[in-house]
Amino acid sequence: MPTIVCRAARAVQRGVAPVLAVAALSAVLPTPLAAEAYQAGAITVSAAWARETVPAQQAGGGFMTVENAGNRPDRLLSATSGVADKVALHIVSMDGGVMRMRPVAGGIAIPARGKIELRPGSFHIMFMGLKAPLRRGESVPVTLRFARAGTITARLAVQPIGAMGPDGGHHGHH
Amino acid sequence: MSPKGARAVAACAIVLWLAVLVVAALGLALWGSKDRSPPASSSSFGAAFGGPFTLVDRNGAEVTGKTLAGKPYAIFFGFTRCPDVCPTSLARMARLRKQLGAAGMKFNIVFVSVDPAHDRPAAIGSYVDLFGTPIIGLTGSDAQLVQISKGFGVYVKKVPTEGGDYTIDHTAAIYLMTAKGEFAGTIDHHEADKVALEKLQRLIG
Repeated sequence: MPTIVCRAARAVQRGVAPVLAVAALSAVLPTPLAAEAYQAGAITVSAAWARETVPAQQAGGGFMTVENAGNRPDRLLSATSGVADKVALHIVSMDGGVMRMRPVAGGIAIPARGKIELRPGSFHIMFMGLKAPLRRGESVPVTLRFARAGTITARLAVQPIGAMGPDGGHHGHH
Repeated sequence: MSPKGARAVAACAIVLWLAVLVVAALGLALWGSKDRSPPASSSSFGAAFGGPFTLVDRNGAEVTGKTLAGKPYAIFFGFTRCPDVCPTSLARMARLRKQLGAAGMKFNIVFVSVDPAHDRPAAIGSYVDLFGTPIIGLTGSDAQLVQISKGFGVYVKKVPTEGGDYTIDHTAAIYLMTAKGEFAGTIDHHEADKVALEKLQRLIG
């Protein structure tokens, strides 16, 4: 009897181990995506990430760093993504203990030889009408349209819901 | 008595009378303010804060202040489409609880969605499950949410955005309540973790 159990366990091990290894790899692989940079003209987009969501959420936040190496200011005008009906540019502010989120009218200005961070507590892109939940470990494409640089398609690495930065931050441990 | 002396006595009398009036006025003011202030123990003030309220949990079951009593709790108001402050605050509470070790389970974490038009009870349940620690997800009818927001002094305002959509401005503080349902303080969004941990330790102490 113990032999049978043992054999069964070995068989399971043999069959499962490669699957586990692949699963572990696929969970690890997308993470470096946040470190990837995407460029068009003078604009570089890096550290791009999004927060995971649950099916009923339908909306999620995306964050990134936008750097302008050029001598002229640029402007992030809009964003689109195949994963959502609409992508909006938002800004969050805290005023007297009250959280306010507002659409950014006219886009986000990217100063010449400067950078703008889309991060928690400030600017973000908001996926609205998500077609599927954003799952941690995956990445989602977003096409950003700039006034001068044209379009850039970046992939946002999906981080745990508690993440505060592209690497998940210390807030993201579970 | 010389006219000068009489004047001095009169002046003295006026000063004395003024003094009496001032003391009387002060006394009245003190008595009056004491009358208006809540009864001496702060606990009765705490009991008035927050409650009574009625909400529904992820299964649609009714939850009141009495249901939550028996264990201290940290309560936060928000909505699931809030991409920033809400997940940050809930993740932070989950992290602080972890740092408290076994004692971390001595208080409940409660999330109240103020967006019942969008957040169905079951959806709030699956949302709070993302944070990897038990969180009680609640919501209610518009009237029930007005009641609890008033009780906690929470600011909630629906703001229309483009395309007929809306966002919700809301207070981002976390309110700490004792096992008796009495107000014990708040944890502010910008407060250091160390301060927040001390407050939680006092709450569950």
